[in-house]
Amino acid sequence: MAVATLAFYLFACTAVAAGALVVLSRNPVHSVLWLILAFFSSAGLFVLMGAEFVAMLLVIVYVGAVAVLFLFVVMMLDVDFAELKAGMAEHLPVGLLIGVVLLTQLALALGGWAFSDAAPALREAPAEAVGQVHNARALGRLIYDDYVFLFQAAGLILLVAMVGAIVLTLRHREGIKRQDVLKQIHRERHEAVELLDVKPGQGI
Amino acid sequence: MLSADLYVVLPEALLALFAMAALMACAFGGQDRWASGLTWLTAAFFALLGLIVSFRDGGQEAFGGAFVSDGFARFAKALILFSAAAVLALSENYLRRRRILKFEYPVLIAMATLGMMVMVSAGDLMSLYMGLELQSLSLYVVAAFRRDSVKSTEAGLKYFVLGALGSGLLLYGASLIYGYAGATRFAGIAEAVHEGGLSLGLLFGVAFLCAGLAFKISAVPFHMWTPDVYEGSPTAVTAFFATAPKVAAGALFARVLFDAFGEVSAEWRQILAFLAVASMFLGSIAAIVQTNIKRLMAYSSIAHMGFALMGLAAGTQQGVEALLVYLSIYVAMNVGAFAFIMCMERDGAPVTGIGDLAGLARTRPGQALAVSALMFSLAGVPPLLGFFGKWMVFVAAVDAGLAPLAVAGAVASVIGAFYYLRIVKIMYFDEPGLSLTGSMPFAHGLALTAAALVMSLGWAPGLSGFGVPELAATAAAALFN
Amino acid sequence: MEDLLREYLPILIFLALAVALGLVLILAAAVLAVRRPDPEKVSAYECGFNAFDDARMKFDVRFYLVSILFIIFDLEVAFLFPWAAAFPDHGELAFWSMMVFLAVLTVGFAYEWKKGALEWE
Repeated sequence: MAVATLAFYLFACTAVAAGALVVLSRNPVHSVLWLILAFFSSAGLFVLMGAEFVAMLLVIVYVGAVAVLFLFVVMMLDVDFAELKAGMAEHLPVGLLIGVVLLTQLALALGGWAFSDAAPALREAPAEAVGQVHNARALGRLIYDDYVFLFQAAGLILLVAMVGAIVLTLRHREGIKRQDVLKQIHRERHEAVELLDVKPGQGI
Repeated sequence: MLSADLYVVLPEALLALFAMAALMACAFGGQDRWASGLTWLTAAFFALLGLIVSFRDGGQEAFGGAFVSDGFARFAKALILFSAAAVLALSENYLRRRRILKFEYPVLIAMATLGMMVMVSAGDLMSLYMGLELQSLSLYVVAAFRRDSVKSTEAGLKYFVLGALGSGLLLYGASLIYGYAGATRFAGIAEAVHEGGLSLGLLFGVAFLCAGLAFKISAVPFHMWTPDVYEGSPTAVTAFFATAPKVAAGALFARVLFDAFGEVSAEWRQILAFLAVASMFLGSIAAIVQTNIKRLMAYSSIAHMGFALMGLAAGTQQGVEALLVYLSIYVAMNVGAFAFIMCMERDGAPVTGIGDLAGLARTRPGQALAVSALMFSLAGVPPLLGFFGKWMVFVAAVDAGLAPLAVAGAVASVIGAFYYLRIVKIMYFDEPGLSLTGSMPFAHGLALTAAALVMSLGWAPGLSGFGVPELAATAAAALFN
Repeated sequence: MEDLLREYLPILIFLALAVALGLVLILAAAVLAVRRPDPEKVSAYECGFNAFDDARMKFDVRFYLVSILFIIFDLEVAFLFPWAAAFPDHGELAFWSMMVFLAVLTVGFAYEWKKGALEWE
């Protein structure tokens, strides 16, 4: 277990450091790369807790798709980030003050935090113990019948996201020739080829 | 078991099916040529669903308590559906004339309304979040619906970024609550609170949850997005923002606080009292300097949400009843006011300056009279109906031992009265400059007149508020059983 | 729990090796390599003339549309994994709930196809 503890601190420190660097690094593209590192270390933390499926989801969805989208956005914006960061010095004191106040509150409260007696048992009730059954399978037993309502709501949210993305960004340009496959395969010879009897010395 | 569950969520299922069928029919059929018809059809469908919801038998749960369809939810749903129907019917003309009416608009509004219906029926932190996200995501898109306008795009983006921040706060709170109570069902959380009291972790969870919900309801200090979003969005969308989502967020606030944390109301009542006072004062004071009527309505909505939250801060059944009555009156006033604002135009272009109303009493006396009635009602001048909403909230606060809060509310409403009355003064006593042109479509005239009449006559003893107070009382009682 | 973590041990060792190797190579370059920079050497080079503009340029918004549609279908697939893994345990409800979920997303797919969002022009 010593290895597990070591791995925990390694991943945790990497995640925090990478998170800080996302905010601090000058180049926005580097920020995105640090973000990817943060995602990876969080995936490691999830594995240490036995949540393999969530860890893999983090790698597939966040690293695979969301980070790519972030890169697109960062590149699409073409903002002068140096200029943007110049404003940061102005707002830094206020931001730091709020951060410090929040942190002290959390630290002060930390001593008094206690779980409700029933909480651990309640939390573990819906699923089998980790290690008994495969992670994805345990989830699969729950999502599709116990949580069917939430599952369908998630489907609707994805549908709205799809419609919204198209409504906001799709723009058909005029005067562009598109390929119409149906038209192409329904074309017949007599429509496409015309035989003309051209007399010598005359144009068409 | 499933068929019983399906029966409970029947209105929501019907709405989802309707939205998807409409999407498919228009995509494969007439595309945007059918948009006008679809908008009216959707409005009619909302009204029909509202009737269905009103007359169903209540008190059922579905999906193991994740979805609750009690009297409280049905009252809120009917209010949401009717107001959404009214605003959608009004927006068809506005959007068509601005050439931004697409068939996706009614579909997105239907999805947003579906999200709101899920929100007010939530019996679980997860269904709360799902409903909230379905609503918010659709609203982000419609805020940016006029996508070749910088202001509209900015409105959509601001709403999205700050809304995502609000959702993040809410999720953080929800995860703390889950961690310390061990349950996401409101009943389970209530049980954990009953056994172990409100531990510090849960208290932090509730505070974050309240912050997230305050973002959605635009209560101070989480209101920053409201004026810009109201100003930048197309007016028809602004009208929608100012009505149904406020009801949904207010009802959701009540639902989660009373169902899950009803036993420890002393703890969260402070938070709500603070939100209420800050919203009332900031909304009333900041509105004074506004020159754009949409921004003014934004600050007005912030102030009104403060009054509504005062009912929640009371923490009693009477308070919830006052909240529901207040929201109903507020929605009716706003539908009327926005019916007028949507028709403010000069030479075909929309104008939103308050100065553009100068001398309206001379050019259009009827409209000026109706708008004045609504403004007096928004300000809470007796004997208009707006006064009775405020009165009920104040009485609930005093009865719950929050007399200072009620006094603060009275002071804030006096300050707020200034800018509502300024509009009346501009309409009646200022010299007309460039007057408004264009005529008011029948539907808008009807909505404006109806709202003004309801506000001016609703207090009459024979009408007794059209039965809304009794219905609200039943709904509030359902929440407390 | 321990068994599960032990299965991941090779990955951990692999990660450690990868990080170590990367660090060694970077440090070796820093320590061993000869470095004599001058302005001409380190400036951007573009076939003999000075670089015209910044390397960063605006991407077309269509890339964004493609990637967001990709994410949505990625998530859809993510929901399919647990469903497939627990397939033997499913009752009828679980089976049909996935079918309804897929139908909802197929509605979206048909919509975007019909709107021409999948064409690049």
